[in-house]
Amino acid sequence: MLTLLIKIGQATLAILYQCGHIALFLGDALRHAIRPPWYGRQLINQFIQIGYFSLPVVGLTAIFTGMVLALQSYTGFSRFSAESAVATVVVLSMTRELGPVLAGLMVAGRIGAAMAAEIGTMRVTEQIDALSMLSTNPIKYLVVPRIIAGMTMLPLLVIVADIIGVMGGYSVGVYKLGFNAANYLDQTWRYLEVKDILSGLIKATCFGLIISLMGCYHGYHSNRGAEGVGRATTNAVVSASILILFVNYALTILLFEK
Amino acid sequence: MSSTPVIQVKNLKKQFGNKIVLDELDIEVSAGESCVIIGSSGSGKSVLIKSILGMLPFDSGKIWINGEDTSLLSLNQRQELLNQVGMLFQGGALFDSMTVAENVAFGLVQGIGMAKNKAREIALEKLKAVDLSPAVADIFPAELSGGMQKRVALARAIATNPKIIFFDEPTTGLDPIVSGTINDLIIRCVRDLGASAITITHDINSLRKIADKVGLLFKGKLVWTGSVADMDKTNNPYVHQFINGLPNGPFTEVL
Repeated sequence: MLTLLIKIGQATLAILYQCGHIALFLGDALRHAIRPPWYGRQLINQFIQIGYFSLPVVGLTAIFTGMVLALQSYTGFSRFSAESAVATVVVLSMTRELGPVLAGLMVAGRIGAAMAAEIGTMRVTEQIDALSMLSTNPIKYLVVPRIIAGMTMLPLLVIVADIIGVMGGYSVGVYKLGFNAANYLDQTWRYLEVKDILSGLIKATCFGLIISLMGCYHGYHSNRGAEGVGRATTNAVVSASILILFVNYALTILLFEK
Repeated sequence: MSSTPVIQVKNLKKQFGNKIVLDELDIEVSAGESCVIIGSSGSGKSVLIKSILGMLPFDSGKIWINGEDTSLLSLNQRQELLNQVGMLFQGGALFDSMTVAENVAFGLVQGIGMAKNKAREIALEKLKAVDLSPAVADIFPAELSGGMQKRVALARAIATNPKIIFFDEPTTGLDPIVSGTINDLIIRCVRDLGASAITITHDINSLRKIADKVGLLFKGKLVWTGSVADMDKTNNPYVHQFINGLPNGPFTEVL
């Protein structure tokens, strides 16, 4: 019994320690973000890495999600002849929840892992030490551009995901379920509010921060050797994914509960 | 020993948990001197270098570089100091996302703020100084052999004409012939720059070639210091065991 309590205590302390450590890391990054020099080329590189190269993954996820949403909500709603709600359900679920969450999870897998692996390898091969030896602050050079790019690119990706997701729902609705095209689009627009889209974008910004912060943090503090980098990568993806789901719920309450 | 030493370390102490890595260590390097620190793996050699460079916080003691107490330096002053310091990392630590020339020019562009064209010119010059042809300038480090990577790393370390250069096991993992050329290059570069050098190694051949002064590190303490000539004459049991690679002696006894 006592050992169990000790274990629980140790685990709690470890988690708190980690939270504090991550907060300090973020504070460090923010402090460096507002002070020159800034590394424009690194930032543009990250824009391209996170924004452009994630497009296929995010697009594919969105289109299939939109399609299956239309299909499933049709099955449900047709049982009490409310088929006309299909378009509304698709657009609201995409913009409010599925767009940001699925884009976030996919980008966490793609980018979070890559960040942790890259920075972790740089740590293990002493490239991070070499950076500071060559008068370059590694937080400024490696972490800040990634966090800024993550926070700005994810909302843009979510806009794309929203549009493609609605298009997926539309194509299934019109070509498979036999909706009238004009009606479907009208239903899509009618109940959609700016707030629905905006809330999704706010979520996306937070998810972008979570993904890049977790990727950078775990990579930066990676242990020696290939195993250390492997563990950093796993931790980055797992912690980012869990945090995204958790923060998504918290933000939904914050943004929509009156 | 007329002028102030370039690097002076006094009572340096560093502990990881319960393990004492550096135990009240003293060391002095004067201008233009090449000091080599030897010791078996895990004796605290890397920790010593990283402490001097401010990459690792130490527990107590003082370090002066160019007569300035490093613990009193502001972040900007430290940065300025680092501009006069070069380091050759054990694995090279070349940035693998950049070409060879960009690697060598990195410190010039980021540290001193030199224009890219000018920095590239100097980078090519420094590559020549380590006997590399300009043909390698635009390929990536991963495409080079281990020995060539070391040369590029050396070129990067000397790119800003530093006054102090650190070498972290410069010949580890290289064959004897390549090691020999790297040693020659180190001697030449350090001499050409008139720089002071601190090298950590466990390669005795390398030591004999490049050292003015030798320090033997054991359990966080320098158990012996002296010149290379003294090293062969001394009857210090630590030195005797280390340079002859004997299985029995004070190193192995205490473990």
